[in-house]
Amino acid sequence: MTTTTDNGVNVQALLDAREVLKGAPEAAQFTWKATSKWQGGVHTTTRIQNFFGLGEEQNHKDETVLEADHPEVFAAPDDAITPIEYLLVGLTSCLTGGIASVAQNRGIQLRSVEATIEGNHDIRGILGADSDVRNGFNDIKVTFNVDADASPEDIEALVAQSQKRSAVFDALTNPTNVTVEVA
Amino acid sequence: MTNSGAAERVTTVVIGAGHAGLAASHFLSERSIDHVVLERGEVANSWRRERWDSLRLLTPNSQARLPGHPYAGPDPDGYMTMGEVIEFVEDFASVSCAPVRTGVEVTSVRRTGGEYHVTTSRGDFRSGTVVIASGACNRPAVPGFSDAVPASIEQLTTFDYRNPEQLDEGRVLVVGASATGAQLAAEIRRSGRPVTLSVGEHVRLPRTYRGRDVLWWMEASGLWDERYDEVEDLTRARRLPSPQLVGTPERSTLDLNALTDMGVDLVGRWAAIRDGRALFSGGLRNVFSLADLKMQRLLDNFDEWARINGHDAHLDAPERFAPTRVPESPLLQLDLERGEIRTVVWATGYRPDYTWLDVDVVDAKDQLRHDGGVVESPGLYALGLPVLRRRKSTFIHGIEDDAREVIDHLVEYLAGRRRPA
Repeated sequence: MTTTTDNGVNVQALLDAREVLKGAPEAAQFTWKATSKWQGGVHTTTRIQNFFGLGEEQNHKDETVLEADHPEVFAAPDDAITPIEYLLVGLTSCLTGGIASVAQNRGIQLRSVEATIEGNHDIRGILGADSDVRNGFNDIKVTFNVDADASPEDIEALVAQSQKRSAVFDALTNPTNVTVEVA
Repeated sequence: MTNSGAAERVTTVVIGAGHAGLAASHFLSERSIDHVVLERGEVANSWRRERWDSLRLLTPNSQARLPGHPYAGPDPDGYMTMGEVIEFVEDFASVSCAPVRTGVEVTSVRRTGGEYHVTTSRGDFRSGTVVIASGACNRPAVPGFSDAVPASIEQLTTFDYRNPEQLDEGRVLVVGASATGAQLAAEIRRSGRPVTLSVGEHVRLPRTYRGRDVLWWMEASGLWDERYDEVEDLTRARRLPSPQLVGTPERSTLDLNALTDMGVDLVGRWAAIRDGRALFSGGLRNVFSLADLKMQRLLDNFDEWARINGHDAHLDAPERFAPTRVPESPLLQLDLERGEIRTVVWATGYRPDYTWLDVDVVDAKDQLRHDGGVVESPGLYALGLPVLRRRKSTFIHGIEDDAREVIDHLVEYLAGRRRPA
């Protein structure tokens, strides 16, 4: 069954890497990097090209340039999406990739995976209008529509397992120590 | 340096006189291997000193059996109290005439000259073989950030906790939702104290299914006999928390819905303390889903087994249980300095203690490196660890098959050694 499933994920390479890295935890230490530059107003450009992993500096095939601005209702020009929307991009991409990988590993052929994601945000926090309101999302809801050769229970299990192994799900649901300093 | 001339010579030293060490002794006696069982305290010591008052076995009496020593009481569906467990294990020790030396604490085991030198609080031993049966739960495992809990909050581990009366009247934060955490949350709540339970990944089971104890199903369907070399992810299987079960005369289910009904407040896994605030994971919904789906698959497998093997006629109809109810908006943080939480009870699992073992067979996570109880060092064996040779390994009745096979290996090893070089 597994041999005929093709979700385009090289699960064998991932399983091999897991075995190798079990005995080489230092090679498993990755650092993801980005550089950003203020463009005036509340617009920032961020460039991503390289990262560190497997003991050495690594390069993406191409540099990615990401723009962030704020919408007109925030009295900004709305030249790009809002930074907090990038969190939605990260979460839904991570979970979807996870579903494909877990499905491949379990021999489940996917036909389509679509998601809608909503982050509820009370902006009184960032405006300082009410000190009891937090700055970030109050909650996030992701709804998946998965078309696959599998029972509804198996699809639920795919989605559950992808959350269990998701970097972004963990980063959003658990606290992370953040250091921001002036160079 | 101890004078090796003074050391007592035996073929096998067994460390620990709990049910595992005594089962090893049973099979060693059966094979006429001279041995001693060294016990730091009394027989069944951990059951006597390291458990809370209300604890009963998770397995029903019908599964309380040791090699040649079945349960003979009147209540096969009941669950033994700690007093009854101690008596049961003591009876086994005396029936099998185990050569137990109590009050002997092993302080070091070294390998010298092709054999083992065992140093104890009462003299030394030299032996070709050693069976480690000192248990998997020697020390409570508590997360490092417990240091940051304010001093005004009392912290207890499951080794300190005996009953709710020893706690302050205020809110109790129980951390961990295995059998231990679920049981303590329930009894502390019943004592009238408000309780918050921090829940990470957990194993949900109903106490009874289709009229039979769920552990009867585990045994009858053969699932508990699944061997360690057949289990798909052995590392994970060995780290699995104990299922949310309690042994009570009412045979009631103790899942998270039952705890919610009692008024226990559920929060996510406790991830960190920052600025005096406990921070809980927002992933509660998914750990519920994982546990619900897993239970569902297990019950599906039970039904399938019952159908194929023609048991449906003797069993109640298949049942399905409501999904775990997710709190409306689970708390993500709690101010520990505000005074609401008076006590933290850590039910976050245990670690074995091998600090006395001076043989290089313990990995970076304090676990013994072994293959089905055959430890990497020749002549060294282990018993009574999670999924040692089968899924049932750590349950009372699970020791028999493991002990027989491990002692078989030990006997073959001794025979091999005796062959002329």
